[in-house]
Amino acid sequence: MGEFQTLAGMVVGKEGIIKKIEGGYGLQRRLACLGLRVGKTIRKVASEPLRGPIVVEVDGGHIAIGRGVAEKVWVEVK
Amino acid sequence: MKILLMGNPNVGKSVIFSRLTGTNVIASNYPGTTVEFMKGTMKFREEKVEVLDVPGVYSLEPTSKAEEVAVKMLEEGNMVINVVDSTHLERSLYLTLQLLERKIPVIVVLNLWDEAKHKGIEIDKEKLEKILGVPVVSTVAITGEGINELVSRLEEAKPGNLKLSEEERWKKIGEIVSQVQRIYHRHHTFLEVLGEASVKPLTGIPIALGVMFLTFTIIRFVGENLISYVFDPLFEFYTPVATIFSHFLGSGLIHDILIGQLINGEIDYFQSMGLITTGIYVPFAAVLPYVFAFYLVLGFLEDSGYLPRLAVLVDNIMHKLGLHGSAIISMLLGLGCNVPGALSTRVLETKRQRFIAATLMAIAVPCMAQTAIILGLVGMHGVFGLGIVFITLFIVWLTLGLILNKIMSGESPEIFMEIPPYRIPYWGALLKKLWIRIRSFLVEAVPFVLLGVFIVNILYALGIIQFLGEITAPIVTGLLGLPKEAVVALVIGFLRKDVAVGMLLPLGLTMKQAVVASVVLAMYFPCIATFTVLVKELGILGMTKSALIMVTLALFVGTILNLIL
Repeated sequence: MGEFQTLAGMVVGKEGIIKKIEGGYGLQRRLACLGLRVGKTIRKVASEPLRGPIVVEVDGGHIAIGRGVAEKVWVEVK
Repeated sequence: MKILLMGNPNVGKSVIFSRLTGTNVIASNYPGTTVEFMKGTMKFREEKVEVLDVPGVYSLEPTSKAEEVAVKMLEEGNMVINVVDSTHLERSLYLTLQLLERKIPVIVVLNLWDEAKHKGIEIDKEKLEKILGVPVVSTVAITGEGINELVSRLEEAKPGNLKLSEEERWKKIGEIVSQVQRIYHRHHTFLEVLGEASVKPLTGIPIALGVMFLTFTIIRFVGENLISYVFDPLFEFYTPVATIFSHFLGSGLIHDILIGQLINGEIDYFQSMGLITTGIYVPFAAVLPYVFAFYLVLGFLEDSGYLPRLAVLVDNIMHKLGLHGSAIISMLLGLGCNVPGALSTRVLETKRQRFIAATLMAIAVPCMAQTAIILGLVGMHGVFGLGIVFITLFIVWLTLGLILNKIMSGESPEIFMEIPPYRIPYWGALLKKLWIRIRSFLVEAVPFVLLGVFIVNILYALGIIQFLGEITAPIVTGLLGLPKEAVVALVIGFLRKDVAVGMLLPLGLTMKQAVVASVVLAMYFPCIATFTVLVKELGILGMTKSALIMVTLALFVGTILNLIL
C-alpha cells in the first residue's frame, strides 16, 4: 500500500493511481474527459511555482490543471 | 443537408474541414483554434452539401459556451463526422458514444493515425467498426491520407441506438478499448523529453526566454532584410514612374491626393502622403515585411505545440491579472493583429476574463503594422526610445490588469488544458496558413490605408486639421507636448494605426515627442476593425467601459511621459 496524497501534494516525477476525486458531477466529468478518472495511473510531470498549475501525464499525454482542482484529486503514490 | 465535423479539441477537425471543402481555415497545434464554426461546401451524392467545422468539445453536456454551440448545431445537422484522436482513443470515445445515443447518422474518423503508430498504439479498425456499428476510417489529415476513403464511405454513415448512463458509458469505453487497442512499450523520444523540459519551471523558464528572444530576433532580421533587399529595391524601379506621373499632373488637388507633397522636389514615400506614393509604400514596403516575418514565426510556434506550454508557465502571472495562462495566446495573436486576438478571447470561460483580456490587448498590445512604423519613427532616434515605448506599454498592461482584477467582481477560473505533443510543423500547412494571413492583411488592411491617406488629404484641403489642431491644442500641446498637427494622427488612428504613426514622420519630432506620440496612439483607442469586433464580443456597454479606460489612461500615461522624459 502506498501513501495517499493529492495531486497538488505529490512529489514531481512520482507515479500513482487515482483513488478518489472530490467535487461535483461537472468537475468529475470534465476531468474524466481528459483521462483523469478513478483507477487511472498518472505521473506528476511538473508543478509551477507560486501556486501555479500542475502538469500530469495520463494515457501518454499531458494535462495542465489548476492547483485548486489538483487538491481535489487523491492519488495512491507508488 | 448539413454535415457536422465534431470531436475533441485539437484533433484536426479544421484540417479535415479544409481537405473536404477546399476552404482555407487556420489550424494550429493547440486546443481552441476554432472559436466560431466555419462553413464550407462539398459534393455528396451529386449534391452540394454544407459542411460545418464545429468548435472542439469533450462531451455533449452543455457546460461551456463551446459545448452549448456544439449541442445546438447538432440539432440542425443531418450527419456527423466524428473526428477521433487515435492517440487518445479512450477519452475520444466518450463523445462518440454520446453521439451514438442521438438519432443522427455518424461516421468515425481515426485521425492522427501516423502519430498513433509512432507512439506504439495499434487500433483494430474493423473490430471497432463492428462494435460501434458505424463506419470507421483512419486518416492523416495533414497529408491527406485516408480522406478519399472518408468521402467514399460517407453514405454508409448511420445512427447508433445506444442508451447509456454515465457509469455504463465509461464501462463500455473500457470494454471497447481493451478489445481494439494494443499499446507497445517504447522509449521516450527526444520531442517528448523536450516537451517535459519546457513545462518544468527550472528548465522551462530559460527555454521560454530563449524562445521569445529568438522570436523577436528572427522577426527583426527577416523584416529588416526584406525591406532592404527586396521591397526598397523594388520601389527604386517604381520611383521614376511615379515621378514622371507627378510631373505630368503638375500641381493642384489631384496631384496632392495621388502624389502628395514633394519633399525637396522629390517623392518621399514616408512624408508625401499621396495615394500612390505613401498609400502604396506603407502597406507593402514598410508593414508587409514585418507582418510576413511575424506570421512566419507565429505559425511555427503554433504548429509545433509550444504555445500551450508557454501558457502553463505564465499561468500564475496571468492569474494576478484576472486571467489564466491561455490568455497569453490571445496576447501573442494580438501582436500580429488585434482582430484575431480579440476573437480568440472566446476560449476564456467567463465574461469578466474576456473583458479584461480584450481591454488589456486593445490598450497595450500594439499590432505588427503599428510596431513596424514605430520602429521607424522612434527607432531613428536609437534603441533607447524603442525600449521606453515597449516597456511603458508592458507596465500599463501589467498595472491595468492588476487593477482590473482587484476592482472587478467575480473570480477567475483555473487553467484546464490539454497540452498537445510537440510536432514538427508540416511546411505545406505552415505556408498555407501564412498565405491566409498575408492575404487577409492585403484584403482588409490595404483599402483602409488608402482610405486613411485619402481622408488626410481631404481634411487638410478643407482646413479641418488646422481647426482641430487649434481646439485640441490644450491637450495635444499642453498635456502631451506634441505639435498641434499631431492631432491628425489621432483622427486617422481610428482607421489605421500604421498610417497614423506614419503621419508623424514629417513633423520632425524629437525622441521624447516620438515616444509620447507612439504610446498615446497605441493606447487611446482601437482601430475601426478591432473596435467592430470588440463591440460584438463585449457588447456596447462593455466596449464603452473599455473605451473610457483607454482614453483616460492614454492621456494620463502620455502626460506622465511628457513630464518625466
